[in-house]
Amino acid sequence: MVIINGKEEKAAGKTIAEYLTENGYNPERVVAEKNLEIIPKSAYGETLIEDGDSLEILNFVGGG
Amino acid sequence: MITKEELDRAFDARFPVWMKEKLNAAHVAVAGLGGLGSNIAVMLARSGVGHLFLVDFDVVDVTNLNRQMYRAKDIGRPKTEALREILGDINPYLDIKTKQIKVSPDNVKELFDGYPIVCEAFDKPDMKSMLVSELLRVTKASVVSGNGMAGFGNANNITTEKKLSRLYVCGDKKTDVGGGTGLMAPRVAVCAGHQANQVIRLILGEDK
Repeated sequence: MVIINGKEEKAAGKTIAEYLTENGYNPERVVAEKNLEIIPKSAYGETLIEDGDSLEILNFVGGG
Repeated sequence: MITKEELDRAFDARFPVWMKEKLNAAHVAVAGLGGLGSNIAVMLARSGVGHLFLVDFDVVDVTNLNRQMYRAKDIGRPKTEALREILGDINPYLDIKTKQIKVSPDNVKELFDGYPIVCEAFDKPDMKSMLVSELLRVTKASVVSGNGMAGFGNANNITTEKKLSRLYVCGDKKTDVGGGTGLMAPRVAVCAGHQANQVIRLILGEDK
């Protein structure tokens, strides 16, 4: 079981990059935390989501 | 010119001395000196936050005047330089450091390490997420970020929310720029106000 933003998701086995694109996120616009550790953007493609993981994904919009 | 003692007395008349001392001793970095950052810096200067570090690579453009603190006469000047002058006119006794540089993953640690509070005040979403990600990863700073303040929708939808371990996200989290929605002074200032208020709460020990 994987928890993403507080909800159960079937994401085990995917990389963070795969999860993001499959769920409509632009990887360039998010901050991703896995098990309380911020994942560097450069590692989204190689970081596997595993059973038991807990992720928070924050999406940013433009403007400032 | 007004003396430091006169400014201090005006503050002491309204707040306990310990608050002034904490604010005067505080170090805050502001990354991005646009609509959010220039407003945040002005509010922190007015609040007596004693040490500000202002970072932006850009110069003032005519398109900035609709929401940023700059004046028509500042067009073409580096934002760091124009804002330093504006803040100095408000409170001449602040310690203001500036750096005209483009922030990238390679220089986040070097620029911001050691600052207990950093405001993310960029414009582009890829830069916003890069900076927040790197600040949380490579520094120990509490990060106060602006996310979603375009247009003229209900200003009450702009909130401050604590996220992850030490990130505070201010904004409506969804109104993007584009498709006919631009940035306007009021909502940008509301969001900047949320960010500056969160900075003050962190300095004064609320909301640890």
